[in-house]
Amino acid sequence: MYDVYKIRKDFPIFSHKIDNRPIVYLDTAASAQKPTAVLQQMRRIYEQAYANPHRGSYTLSEQITAAYENARKTVQEFINAESAKEIIFTRNATESINLIAATWGAENLKQGDEILISQAEHHANLVPWQNLCRKTGAKLIIFAITDQGEFIKEDFAQKLSARTKLVAVTAMSNVLGSVFPLKEIIRASRQTGAKVLIDACQFIVHRRVDVQDLDCDFLAFSGHKTYGPTGIGVLYGKADLLRSMPPYQFGGDMIDQVTYEKTTYADIPARFEAGTPAAVQAIGMAEGLKYMQDIGYPDIIAHEEQISAYATDRLQEVPNLKIIGNPDKLSGVFCFAINGIHPQDIAFILNKENVCIRTGHHCAQPLVNRLGYTSLARVSFGLYTTKEDIDSLVSALLKAEKFFKE
Amino acid sequence: MTLNELLENFAFFEDWEEKYQYVIDLGRRLEPLDARYKTDEWLVKGCQSQVWLVPHYQENHFHFCGDSDAILVKGIIAIVLLIYNDKTPQEIKTVDITEIFAKIGLEENLTPSRRNGMMSMVEKIRQYADGAMEKKE
Repeated sequence: MYDVYKIRKDFPIFSHKIDNRPIVYLDTAASAQKPTAVLQQMRRIYEQAYANPHRGSYTLSEQITAAYENARKTVQEFINAESAKEIIFTRNATESINLIAATWGAENLKQGDEILISQAEHHANLVPWQNLCRKTGAKLIIFAITDQGEFIKEDFAQKLSARTKLVAVTAMSNVLGSVFPLKEIIRASRQTGAKVLIDACQFIVHRRVDVQDLDCDFLAFSGHKTYGPTGIGVLYGKADLLRSMPPYQFGGDMIDQVTYEKTTYADIPARFEAGTPAAVQAIGMAEGLKYMQDIGYPDIIAHEEQISAYATDRLQEVPNLKIIGNPDKLSGVFCFAINGIHPQDIAFILNKENVCIRTGHHCAQPLVNRLGYTSLARVSFGLYTTKEDIDSLVSALLKAEKFFKE
Repeated sequence: MTLNELLENFAFFEDWEEKYQYVIDLGRRLEPLDARYKTDEWLVKGCQSQVWLVPHYQENHFHFCGDSDAILVKGIIAIVLLIYNDKTPQEIKTVDITEIFAKIGLEENLTPSRRNGMMSMVEKIRQYADGAMEKKE
């Protein structure tokens, strides 16, 4: 296992102080902090190798084009896609999912068809499908999870049918941190002929993704959660499937031949990347993935398990605190509630102590309501999280508890 | 309590803990909102916690009742209502809430990123005042 204190030196934000006190960052599930390698690489491109990719016939443009396409290759290897052509750069995971809804969805769905999602979906993997259903007359079906966020095989099996054209599920809940049995879901969906889209935004931060092993049709994740910059996301799709889909947006870079009368489109991935791409962000994202790769998932997981175990232990000291999800199997993301104190009140005191957590509905309003709450407090770990962070969290929570006691 | 008394009380506190303990006290002493108003109709949008605001308009004066499920927000509501209650629509429109909150030392509650609904509630109060003034014209 790695030395977390050494790792923290790679993240400039941890030497920054607010009100002369260090930052306790426990909101990596919302967005991760950035290592120097990412920042330096992006700066280097802007300072030494910047131009518009894919256009110029000069050295600078060739350099950034090569770096951009190398970034695609890095993503391909990171998720073990068969070809780099299967990697589409988007703005974020939300755009990746919307792209599927707008192209594959609009082309393939009709009245009587069904889209199957879980109760645990982030709004990004729920609202686009609601909208698509409204437009096409297809029906959105929701399969249930347990109060601890676990998959219920029977309910899924009952709701999956020949009418199901798409199964869109999160690999790891952004509220509960629970993980679905993806292979089982994908295998079952294959048998009925449904396509499968995986929202891997949280999962990929904590666990290895192998799209060929999974055999999923589409997979989405974002750069800013994998220690890269904002403004860049990934859509993976099987090549044949992507080639069968109409373009998403129209304009430069996505064309083959254009006349005033008619246009033919470029092959994938360019077909889905209209306009000047966020090339520097893509290059930064690749650098973030390389940073994760250098550490490696076995160590990332081992570190996380250590922190989770420590947190599980220490959080018991806070009176009236209830873990939402599976308290015996805390993952890198989990929610909690303190009986009698609103999460927003908790967050206020925590903020005074420089402890950053997220409160609210976590863009999963139906799930939070389904669990019996309107708002929850969420803690999430990154590869830089220390036991001291947990200590700070616990003492801030104890302070909040005392503060709001009548 | 008058606004001046409130300002005097806040002037005593030396740290944020004392100040916010007092905010909590104000929340606990807030005139209760009848449970029948705790519906979507009276919910103020754009808040992380649930905030309800109900106007009563009589003889050209507004009297607001409010509540929240977050105790600090409830305290802030108590202060906002102390500032705006029993005023005419015209008086409501002339209140400089930012200045008052700065004087109290609670200006951090006005930043858009805090999103505790404080500004949404103030917007709503101003809208009610506008509505009453338009009706009169």
